[in-house]
Order: sequence, then structure tokens, then C-alpha cells
Amino acid sequence: MSDTAIRRDAPQGVATKAALGHFDEAFKAQTGAALTELRQQGFDAFAAHGLPSIREEAWKYTDVRAIGKTNFALATSLHSANLDELQLDLDAYRLVFVDGVFDAERSSFDDLPEGVSLGTLSQRSELPQQFGSQLAASAGPFTALNQAFAGEGVYLEVARNVELEKPVYVLFVSSAGDQPWMSHPRVLISLADNASATLVEHFVAEQGAANFTNLVTEGTLAHGARLDHYKLNEASEQDLHVANLKVEQQGDSLFKQHNLTLGGRLVRNDIDTELNGEGGHTEYHGLFFVNGRSHVDNHTVVNHNVARTFSNENYKGILNDRGRGVFNGRVYIKQDAQQVRGYQNNANLLLSDRAEVDTKPELEIYADDVLCSHGASTGQLDEDAVFALRARGIADEHARALLTLAFAGEVLESTAIAAVAQRVERRVAGMLPDRFDLEGLVDISA
Amino acid sequence: MATEEMEKLVEQREYKQGFFTEIESETLAPGLDEEKIKFISEKKGEPEWMLEWRLDAYHQWLTMKEPEWAHVHYPKIDYQAISYYSAPKKKTDGPQSLDEVDPKLLETYEKLGIPLHERAALAGVAVDAVFDSVSVATTFKAQLAEAGVIFCSISEAIRDYPELIQRYLGTVVPKGDNYFAALNAAVFTDGSFVFVPENVACPMELSTYFRINAANTGQFERTLIVCESGATVSYLEGCTAPQRDENQLHAAVVELVALDDAYIKYSTVQNWYPGDENGKGGIYNFVTKRGDCRGDRSRISWTQVETGSAITWKYPSCILTGDDSQGEFYSVAVTTGHQQADTGTKMLHLGKNTRSTIIAKTIAAGKSDQSYRGLVKITPRALGARNYTQCDSLLIGDRCGAHTFPYQEIGNSKATVEHEATTSKIADDQLFYCRSRGMSEEDAVSMIVNGFCKDVFQELPMEFAVEAEALLNVTLEGSVG
Repeated sequence: MSDTAIRRDAPQGVATKAALGHFDEAFKAQTGAALTELRQQGFDAFAAHGLPSIREEAWKYTDVRAIGKTNFALATSLHSANLDELQLDLDAYRLVFVDGVFDAERSSFDDLPEGVSLGTLSQRSELPQQFGSQLAASAGPFTALNQAFAGEGVYLEVARNVELEKPVYVLFVSSAGDQPWMSHPRVLISLADNASATLVEHFVAEQGAANFTNLVTEGTLAHGARLDHYKLNEASEQDLHVANLKVEQQGDSLFKQHNLTLGGRLVRNDIDTELNGEGGHTEYHGLFFVNGRSHVDNHTVVNHNVARTFSNENYKGILNDRGRGVFNGRVYIKQDAQQVRGYQNNANLLLSDRAEVDTKPELEIYADDVLCSHGASTGQLDEDAVFALRARGIADEHARALLTLAFAGEVLESTAIAAVAQRVERRVAGMLPDRFDLEGLVDISA
Repeated sequence: MATEEMEKLVEQREYKQGFFTEIESETLAPGLDEEKIKFISEKKGEPEWMLEWRLDAYHQWLTMKEPEWAHVHYPKIDYQAISYYSAPKKKTDGPQSLDEVDPKLLETYEKLGIPLHERAALAGVAVDAVFDSVSVATTFKAQLAEAGVIFCSISEAIRDYPELIQRYLGTVVPKGDNYFAALNAAVFTDGSFVFVPENVACPMELSTYFRINAANTGQFERTLIVCESGATVSYLEGCTAPQRDENQLHAAVVELVALDDAYIKYSTVQNWYPGDENGKGGIYNFVTKRGDCRGDRSRISWTQVETGSAITWKYPSCILTGDDSQGEFYSVAVTTGHQQADTGTKMLHLGKNTRSTIIAKTIAAGKSDQSYRGLVKITPRALGARNYTQCDSLLIGDRCGAHTFPYQEIGNSKATVEHEATTSKIADDQLFYCRSRGMSEEDAVSMIVNGFCKDVFQELPMEFAVEAEALLNVTLEGSVG
């Protein structure tokens, strides 16, 4: 039996030309001598594998060939984009990137408390040590690709016992234009003992944008550290989006992850946590809504490597039109990691007969004194609940809309930032099919 | 409960069916090629089309790769070191009735607790016993014939009912379905054939006992059960093998076909030799079982109690083709020692308002490793489909593993799919409750484990349920006290 927590069934060797997409051309065109070696390592790792194919278990339901078909270019200058409608009204330290290029003018993160260091990777003379510590080039083709184009991103370091009260808000904008752009940002979060922080990664797009974002986020939580992490994805219906997140947790640390996907043509999220200290606590809250022909794939892993660790996961999906959703959750409990509790739940609501959901909640357990459960359910709105509302004089289309909103709302209860919850609620309301009506019931005007 | 004590007990588990019967047998030299397949086919007196079918399967098998996705680990199997045919040597032209069957063979079954005679007579069960590769006796043939039911070995069926075989064989599990199914199609030596004609309820329960006796042989039996419209049958299958140091391969194929309103109930108690306390020896049980609910309102129910085999790789499945058809899977799988099992089911919903129920109970003890792997697929046409899945795992000891890999693919909005799974050990408060009422620890654990499996046991035919319960107790005798 293998002790390796994550198996990415990766055939070794040299990838075919098609599996490299146009990334080899883009790689050769890349300028800047500073990170040559690191980037070359990343590219070599990518070239050995190429884009994953649906023959691999981890990509069984998600075909990423679309990513290889377009010739994406790296943006070298700052594109203008109108942010007024897009960004959240938040009292936060704000960093804005447009197509991967830092927009200093519209960013503001001064007045940082003592012990907090926050900034962009490109402003530093060298990358933090943490780069690649959780997600090295060998972790997967997209992580490797991200490293091949490394250079921009965000670092957040919080010193011992420092609590960062205001959230850090990182806005990634995908702009519209003739040229499709790609960006490979990396977010590095390091919290020392008992430090705490909140970080929001927000992806927005201009109407008609069709870009490729390949994000990598790495986090380390020292003893007693707390991280509240939000990933709010409102990419355009043509945007391609891949994100890898991995966090390592020491004892008594708390990691709350909120993965809210409400946009994108093709979205793949890989979220992994390593619980390496007793008392570590992980929460995953997920919501996704697919419309049109969009495809959202969430792969999550919790590795309980030591005893007395806790995890809880709740993912909800709403699927409409020809949308397709994938959920693959994995709870792994290592031998001798006793007295672990791990819970997992996935519920999906299908609103259309052409939508599809593929779900696979996995448990892999090598210790006996544990309490684990998982559940997955897929179905439609409860007709009894619709009836109960209709009996109280609420029209059918209103009742269905309200119940759908309530279904999504459960995930938002864990959201501590009101602006995020509000945005998600409005977005969900706006995405509902026409036969559902919230007119006069909920204020969905932006 | 003290883990050490339990572990100690685990090691002591005995395989009570591990005897070997000295019987003169005719065994083919190890190895596999076209000649060997021709030999088997000839030995069985098969028609030409059957040989071609086998050779086609063999050629497909040559191009295939052994599957590696299962959560099991074992050294590579040398397919050229296995003997693909072994039969008790016939003294005459073969037994015409039970009285003519080699008394030593009958003794073997006696030891296994299946006295063909008495059991058949008392319980009214018709038994087809397969010893190594050939079917040795089929009881109650006459009585079944009266009802119009055909129950015979598959070799006989190929000779006597070629049109039925040609119509149904390989239609549920095609010969190139997977690596082991292709191997089976090429070399299968016997198995059972059941045909229940229209609107006939089979008057008695049918049963087959499989036993691997000779060393270095593989057993490749093939079972085909066909129920015409409105027919019903309940079929039981049991398996054992002698205790040996080498691993032996068992790659069976079972095909079920249920037409309109037909009902097939298939129960298995699998107790192949699991290997010794160090994980040496034991049967590799790589089996393909699939039922096709071809007709509307048809129903197929799989019940399995898996306690044996060193490695189990088995996914009894249902293809729910007919509207309103129903598939069921009830399973208790117990692993101790170094056993590994990757088992579960597939439910393919194609017809409207199809329903499926999956109840899988997993008990892992000692250093064993167990996985439930299942697929529920609802196609866009399967409006109103319904699935309920429950997988519970019980871990006994801290060196075993229990895993769940349920795949769900849902393609329309009128379907409802539910999955629940839990993993835990026997709760201390449950044990304490029983102990405080004067029960010994052994009895308490046995009762709790039996209660854990109750949902499945109650699906078994009466006498099988008793046997399964006893088998569970024997299997866990060591592990839980």
C-alpha cells in the first residue's frame, strides 16, 4: 500500500506536441533573465507530461484540451479595465492585477501593522523561500506550467501573535480584447505561530474576456495560526481557469477555505491540505453554479497525517443548461492517526435535463479509532417544500427561486465577510433560469 | 477491547475448508496458447463456433493489459504457469446419476457441509457441484425438467442447447469486456446454465458449489442465467479451495439476463482460501459478474458474503435497460490477516423510472485492506431514476484499512441519487452496554458485528443466511474474540 497521500497518475516521458499546447512558443518568447533556472525547471516538468488527458484518473471528467488550442500570450503592459462594477466594496488591503500585470495605481496596502509583510512578487529582489515548498513543479502539469512563467503574484507574511484584522483583497481582472492573455500568478501565505489573517482571491472579467488563468496558492500555517481563505470566481463565460491550492497546517491551526465558483467556461480547482500537527482543523466550504456550457471541477483532499485532527467539508452545486459539475473529495487518514474526525458532504441540484454532475466522495482510512462519514446526494428541489410555499400564497416561480437561493445560502452562512456573501447571493439570483423569478422578493440589483 | 488480544486472535483464525482431496485427476500442462484452447474445446466436445468464439476472446486478451487501477497489490501473475484444465479422471464415461459419482468427491462435499444427497432431498435445493474444472453432478434434474427449467453445466448446455447459448452467451459480459473476462472466455471449463421459461417460477432454489482442488490450476467457470418474461429464480453459489502456499487464480464470469417482469436473485457465499497468517498463498478472485435487466419491470438482486480469497476484485453490476427495472446489491465483505479486497457494484440506469439500491458492509481486521468501489450512472434518458447507496465500514485493529471510492455520474434532473458512508470501529459504549448485561466480550462483538450486517443477511435465503452468519463468526473468530 502506498503511503503517498496524493496519487496523480502521471505517465512519464515526453509529451506530444499537442499536449504542450502553444506553451512552448510562449515559453521561448518569455523575457527576463532573473528566474531562468527556476522557470526552465518548471517548463521541463511540464514538457515531460504535457496537459493532462481524460485517461488519467484525476482528469477523468475534465477535458482541458481547450487550454492547448489557443495561443495565449503573456501580458507585458498594463491593460485598462473598468473595475467599478467588478470589484467588491471592502475595507481591505487591496492588490489589483489585470491579466496578470500588477496595477499599482488601483492597489493600496499601506498602513500595514507591524509584523505584517505584504506585496507583489515582482517587487522583490528574489522570490520567497516558500515558493514551491508546497506545490513544486513535480506536483502536477499546471503547477509546473505556473513555475515556467513564474515572476508575479502576492506574498503575505504575518509574524508571531499578530492578528491582521482587515482582509487582504487580491483582485484578478481578465480583460477583453483581440488577443487572448494568460497569467500564472502565485500567492504565498505564511502565518507564524498564533498569527491570523483573511485573504480574498477574487477573479472578475470584462464582458467578452477569453483568457487563461493558472493560479497557484501555497500556504503554511504554524502552530495556532488561523487563515480564512476565500476564492471567489466570477470569470467570464469564455475564461479558462485552473487553480491549485495547498496548505500545510501545524498543531492547533485553523484553516477555513471558501471556494465559490460562479463563472468561467472551464474551471478546475485542486485544494489540498496537509494536517501535520495535532489539533489541526480544516474546513472546506464550496459552492458552484454552472450555466450555459460551462464546466466546473473541484478536487479536494484532506490528509490527516497525525492523530486528533479534524476536517469538515461541505460542497454544493447548482447545475443548469448544459453545465457540468465535478466533485471529487478525498479524506485520507494515515496509519496511527487515531481519534480523527473527518466529515464530507456534497449536494447537487440539477435544474436541467442536459446538465450533468459527476461526484466521487472518497474515504481512504488506515486507522481504526476514527469517525468518518461522507454523503453525496443529487436531485431536484423538494416538491413538498415548493408545495408548502405555494400553500402560503407564494407563486411557483417565486417558490423555486427562493428554495434554490436557500440551497446556496447554506454555504454562505460560514462567510464572515458580508460583501462576499452579498455578491454571491446576487450572482446566484442573477444566474437562475428565467422560469424562476425573484422579482420583488430579493434585491438583486448590483 | 485490548487490541493486542484481538490481533493475537486474528492470527489464530483457521481455514476449515483447507483440506485437499486425493483424487485421480487429469490435468493439462501449465501454459496457454491456441493449442491448449483447442484441447479444452475438444475435451468438452464443443461445436466449431464455440472454439472460434474462444479463440477470438484469446486474441483479444493478448492485446489487453492487466488492470492496475484497483486498490490491491500483488506480484505479477504468470499466466503461463497456470494449468487451465483439471478434471477428476473419469473411470467410465462419466456419472449418469449421483450413485455413480466418485465417492471421494462426494466425501469432499460432505466435509464442506454440502451432502449432495441429503441436503438436496431435505432442503429441496438442486445442486450443481463444480470440482476444479468440471461439473460433477447435478441433482434434481428430472424435477426441474418437469417445470421446464433447464439447469445443467454450461458444457452440457453448449452441446444440448446451442441456440440458447448462442443467443445469450457473451451478451451481458462481452468476450473482450475486460482482461479477466477475456481470459475466462478463452479458457472457461465449466459452470452452470439456468434457463427459466416464460411465466415459470423455478420450483426450488438452485445452487452451485465451486471448489478448486488440484494444485497450480486456475478455475475459470462461466455461469449464464436467463429468465424469460415473468419467470423467477433464486440461485446460490458457494466456493472453497484447499490450503496451499501458492496463489491460485479464479477468474469467473457470471451473466444474468432478465426479460420483462422477470426476477433473478443471485446469492454468493465466497470462502476461497485466504492465505495464511503471513499472507502466503490464497486465491486471487478476479470475477466479472453482471446482470442485464433487459425487460421492463425486471429485477436483479445480488447478495454476496465475501469472507475468503487473498485478493478479491469483484463488481457485480446491473444494467437497468428496461423501464421500471430494478437492481439491488447487498454485500458483506470481511477481510482479516493480509487479505485485500476491492469490491463494489455498478448500476447503469438506462431505462425510465429505474431504481437501484446498494447496501455494502465492510469489515476489515488484522492487516487487511478493503475498498468499496462503485459506480452509479444515470443516463440522460433515465428520467425518474432513483438510487440509494449506503456503505458502512467497520475497522477492527489499527493496522487495517477501509476505503470508499463511489463514482456517481448523473445526467438528468429528474433523477435522485443518494450516497452515505461511514467508517468507525465498534463503539466502546456498545461493547460496554453488552458486557454490563453479562455477555462475554466475544459474544458481544459477534452480536454487534452480526447486527451491523443484518441488512444484508436478511436478503439471503434462509439456510444461506444461517451459513453466512456462522461463516462470519468463524472468520472473525480470531479477530474479535
